[in-house]
Amino acid sequence: MTIRVGSWSVRLAPRALITGAALLVLACAVSVAALATGEYTVPVPDIVAAVLGQGPPVAELIVGKLRAPRVVTGLLVGAAFGLSGAIFQSLTRNPLGSPDFIGFTAGASTGGIIAVVAGGSAMTIAGGALAGCVVTAVLVYALAYRGGVQGYRLVLVGIGANALLLAVNSYLLTRANINDAATAGAWLTGSLSGRGWDHALPVALALAVLLPMCAYVSRPMRMIEMGDDAAKAMGIKVEAVRAVAIAAGVLLSGVATAAAGPVIFVALAAPQLARRLTRSPGVTMGASALTGAVLLTAADLAAQRLLAPTQLPVGVLTAAIGGTYLVLLLRKERH
Amino acid sequence: MAAAPAKGSPLMASRLSGTSLTLAYDQRVVATDLNVSIPDESFTVIIGPNACGKSTLLRALARMLKPKTGAVHLDGSVITSLPSKEVARRLGLLPQSSIVPDGITVADLVARGRYPHQRLMRQWSKADEKAVAEAMRATDVTELGDRIVDELSGGQRQRVWLAMALAQETPILLLDEPTTFLDISHQIEVLDLCADLHETGRTMVAVLHDLNQACRYATHLIVMRGGAIVAEGEPGDVVTPELVRQVFELRCEIIQDPQTGTPLIVPEARRRVTAPA
Repeated sequence: MTIRVGSWSVRLAPRALITGAALLVLACAVSVAALATGEYTVPVPDIVAAVLGQGPPVAELIVGKLRAPRVVTGLLVGAAFGLSGAIFQSLTRNPLGSPDFIGFTAGASTGGIIAVVAGGSAMTIAGGALAGCVVTAVLVYALAYRGGVQGYRLVLVGIGANALLLAVNSYLLTRANINDAATAGAWLTGSLSGRGWDHALPVALALAVLLPMCAYVSRPMRMIEMGDDAAKAMGIKVEAVRAVAIAAGVLLSGVATAAAGPVIFVALAAPQLARRLTRSPGVTMGASALTGAVLLTAADLAAQRLLAPTQLPVGVLTAAIGGTYLVLLLRKERH
Repeated sequence: MAAAPAKGSPLMASRLSGTSLTLAYDQRVVATDLNVSIPDESFTVIIGPNACGKSTLLRALARMLKPKTGAVHLDGSVITSLPSKEVARRLGLLPQSSIVPDGITVADLVARGRYPHQRLMRQWSKADEKAVAEAMRATDVTELGDRIVDELSGGQRQRVWLAMALAQETPILLLDEPTTFLDISHQIEVLDLCADLHETGRTMVAVLHDLNQACRYATHLIVMRGGAIVAEGEPGDVVTPELVRQVFELRCEIIQDPQTGTPLIVPEARRRVTAPA
């Protein structure tokens, strides 16, 4: 489908548009459900009123202070993980090239744990996580570099770094005192519980800056998926595009981990789900972000309500929901 | 040395040339002080034994490999000084191997050849549409438009890649071993197609393995050995038993190709097989 206005033209895939719209609707539905339900049920009209600042005080407290920040953080973190996964899976041409497999998320965890042990506040932990992610990414990139970075080298070096960092994380936990270990352990499972606006804001800012960057490099990145030579022959500056994409991907997984802890599987599953839903060739940025947002908020809703009053860590559910759906989709494929 | 001198090269018109090229991968030097110019509107074939540097030379001409010394010139400018998209509108490359994106259709893959002509706000012009349709017609893949590229045969897939390079609409097209991995009928099919494209006025440059195919299709032959150009010119003038022995270490007889009149290399038999009675 092509839209032409004068010499301008934009090409759109109908199925991708419909999928995108459906995912948006789904994200809204999950959000409303998360805002409305729980120990205290808030009727939908009261939610709308509370958002507009005219609701009953109880509704305003529960929706505005407790539930809305959690939902918004979930949407943003899910989108950031989805986008980051899409970037690295495209660059490495490999589903296992997700940031949670190639050490970036583990590196963020190391930074977070060190901050916890050092007795840091929530803000310091977030900063530690972001720093840990960036340092790991720089090291993995430098170790994999040989006059340019080959996808499979990045994956192999990353998997090595991942194993090493997980060992470091376990070691740090055994050395920490019992209180710190408990705090770090809770953070390490990946959770959205108790997230406030101060958690959502950094992710929102990061997305506001990085989303346009991702949109800009997504077309050349799809060309690079055909091979460096093929892309260069089309006039693409492969290394420049790759550098921008890596920077965006690292920062996205860094801020996402800083806000919610290392929630596993969203970055791996969201791009794969999105690609199969849109049936578009190669990795799709927008759909991956939306899928990530839906996946994480739906998982968080289930984590809160499924075994209520027992609260599950959201990471358990992202793996269960995303994994099941991915297996079902893969089984439907012919080969 | 009976190698033919580089025939007429200072006089012929050439949009694409390399001067004093030293080519190397990391520290491994493949070729030094190479001078080459591709005659305009020729079908140039680069040939030579394995590891003679033929693909390396092609990659350098296509700006995939930066020469350690010397420079590649396109239309009188150093190729790396030109905007990369601008180069991509003048010079196309079919790499030795490219990765087919998962689940892409033939029409979508061919359309990707239009990238150098597109901008963020001009993603699909009428000219794009026309070029893609024309490229698919020329390579005879129009009927395959909605098929998934992964599910095609090797020969069909190579035609699709060629269509993508054609859609780029470049006056110069470089092909790195376009017939590798194809059986004999598909090899001929691809080479015939290249000859057709050459006849429509394109400059074609291909790296080939088969000397007989090179003689048949080339209007200009570049013969390499050990990183140096040993001979160049029209196949009929260049290819002699002496040259083949020197370059490929093969004793042979050269007869006329009964179909085209071009040189046909017949390797000397080590033992004669008697025909069954």
